[in-house]
Amino acid sequence: MAEIQIKNVAKKFGEYQALHDINLTISDREFMVLLGASGCGKTTLLRIICGLETATTGEVWIGGRRVDHLPPKDRGIAMVFQNYAVFPHLTVFENIGFGLRMQKLPNDEVTRRVERVAELMHIEMLLKRYSGELSGGQRQRVAVARALAMEPDVILMDEPLSNLDALLRMEMRAELKGVLAESNTTAVYVTHDQVEAMSMADRISVMHKGKIVQAASPIEVYRNPAAEFVAGFIGNPPMNFLPATATGNGQWRVAGQTFDGPDTEKTLKFAIRPEDMAPADTGLVAIAKVIEPLGAHLLVTCDVDGGMFRAVLDSDTTVKAGDRLTLAPQPDRVRWFDPETTLAVA
Amino acid sequence: MNARFLPYVLIAPVTFFLCVFFLYPFVLVANQAFTADGGYTMENFREVVSDWKFPISLQNTLLLAAAVVPVQLALALLMATMVNRMQKGRDLILYVWTIPLGISDLAAGIIWLAIFEQSGFLNSMLDAVGVIDKPANLLTYQNPWIVFLAIALAEIWRATAIMLVILVAGIGLIPKEYYEAAEVFGASKWKQFLRITLPLLRPSLQTALVLRVILAFEIFAVVAALGGTLFPVLMSETYAYQFDLLNSGAAAAMALIILGISIAATLVILRALRVPKGATI
Ligand SMILES: Nc1ncnc2c1ncn2[C@@H]1O[C@H](COP(=O)(O)OP(=O)(O)OP(=O)(O)O)[C@@H](O)[C@H]1O
Ligand SMILES: [Mg+2]
Repeated sequence: MAEIQIKNVAKKFGEYQALHDINLTISDREFMVLLGASGCGKTTLLRIICGLETATTGEVWIGGRRVDHLPPKDRGIAMVFQNYAVFPHLTVFENIGFGLRMQKLPNDEVTRRVERVAELMHIEMLLKRYSGELSGGQRQRVAVARALAMEPDVILMDEPLSNLDALLRMEMRAELKGVLAESNTTAVYVTHDQVEAMSMADRISVMHKGKIVQAASPIEVYRNPAAEFVAGFIGNPPMNFLPATATGNGQWRVAGQTFDGPDTEKTLKFAIRPEDMAPADTGLVAIAKVIEPLGAHLLVTCDVDGGMFRAVLDSDTTVKAGDRLTLAPQPDRVRWFDPETTLAVA
Repeated sequence: MNARFLPYVLIAPVTFFLCVFFLYPFVLVANQAFTADGGYTMENFREVVSDWKFPISLQNTLLLAAAVVPVQLALALLMATMVNRMQKGRDLILYVWTIPLGISDLAAGIIWLAIFEQSGFLNSMLDAVGVIDKPANLLTYQNPWIVFLAIALAEIWRATAIMLVILVAGIGLIPKEYYEAAEVFGASKWKQFLRITLPLLRPSLQTALVLRVILAFEIFAVVAALGGTLFPVLMSETYAYQFDLLNSGAAAAMALIILGISIAATLVILRALRVPKGATI
């Protein structure tokens, strides 16, 4: 059992507050992805879990044990570094076996474990090579194999696929997920790539400016973003927003149309994903500006009520720049946000 | 200009300079070493090697190098590691530690002579605290070990910094991530030093050791100041052949012997610390 609990963790670098009061529980064997823009504190949080950085305040628990005063090696963790940190002076075999040698395991045990994970990561033919003789993808596999060889309770990964080309990244994504699911370890995976996050995670923690804005399953984060930031960050193209005014009894006026919404007196924002709309006889009036055929779909950037608005339509739709469209949002996909708090309103 | 020839054109001046002022004199010296009475011969080598002072000066030179270089290496490594960990004042400390580099070897010998001679600091101090009755001359033929120790100390004090600067530069090039990875995978600080720092420092260690060992075989002024004729070394013998005995042929032969020893030592160091292909940072 290796549940990770992060309790009220904050981190200051001098005057700069990199993390604000983080609370997060990652269950045993869960694949948790920390997702956020550059500089939002993902690496810092990962390094605090790892023990390479100490939190200014707060506690870290792993497997029911408080670990924030323990050195990294006593936390039952292994880590895959962003730049791999595969030791250049050791062969692939010795790299994978590094941690086992430090634990003074007998030679035959080291050999057995190294060979097993090497096979798992498909690098058994590279064991005698040095890292200077490996490609980026192979080095990445070595870094993962080195972590797996420790048979850790928790495996921490900092953007392990960010240095790979798109095709290899897609291939490794699936492979990594498969290997980790089999190894029964809890995984914390840092990335700023939302596609990677959506496709790999059991749960995504979306981070913004040193805070966790939402921690939920990928589909939940996508369908029900807890805040405007999440709605704008997840999804490509991102969610559309339009100003809305209440007309009473839960009725809202948006760009000249009336919608059902929350029963409140405040001003709210109306939000809809570009793919949750279809041309219809009635709906939001949009003037098409740019048409981008994407193969499977048509991305139409248009003007609704004087603001930019995007719609993803079926590729058979005939539309050209300057055309007037009426787009009907799917009623169950409409979301509402409070501009004051930026949070979602049910 | 044609890009294929440009590099050669650019290094031509240096090459020319080296040929005129190093290679040519070297050929002359080598020629002199193998000539006696107008013909080519090994006579000069036979003469210097059969001299009774040759074995003792060879032994002194090698012993001194064997005593001084490892201590300097250990000290330089320790100092480089400490400097590297420093957040503030790093440059200041480095400057202070490298002050001896700016002092000529003869001056360094004289500084240590001022410590060890009969009216020197060491005697005055021991006398003042009452350890000895009266100041004694320490650097005499009755105390060969004190002479040896004084020379070794002076050399360590004077020339450790040259290794230090090379190693500090080398350690600074090792990415921090390797240490973090080693730490996460269970290596203690000492293990990190053994398993990460030392192996990744091999190129710098090679340079530092080759430089230091060659200079150790050429030790002269410090020995002259502290040991005089009590402690013959290869270089002082060479000097004696050239300027006291006016035997340039023998002096040239000695110079070639020192060169031979240096080349042998260099090869051993390069071989022992070689980095396998593909295993560089
Ligand atoms: N050692 C440090 N000293 C001072 N500030 C730091 C330090 N480490 C990180 N920071 C700051 O903390 C913030 C968060 O950094 P962090 O490395 O966690 O970002 P990140 O989310 O991992 O970004 P990226 O996606 O670019 O890797 C950044 O603004 C960074 O400048
Ligand atoms: Mg980062």
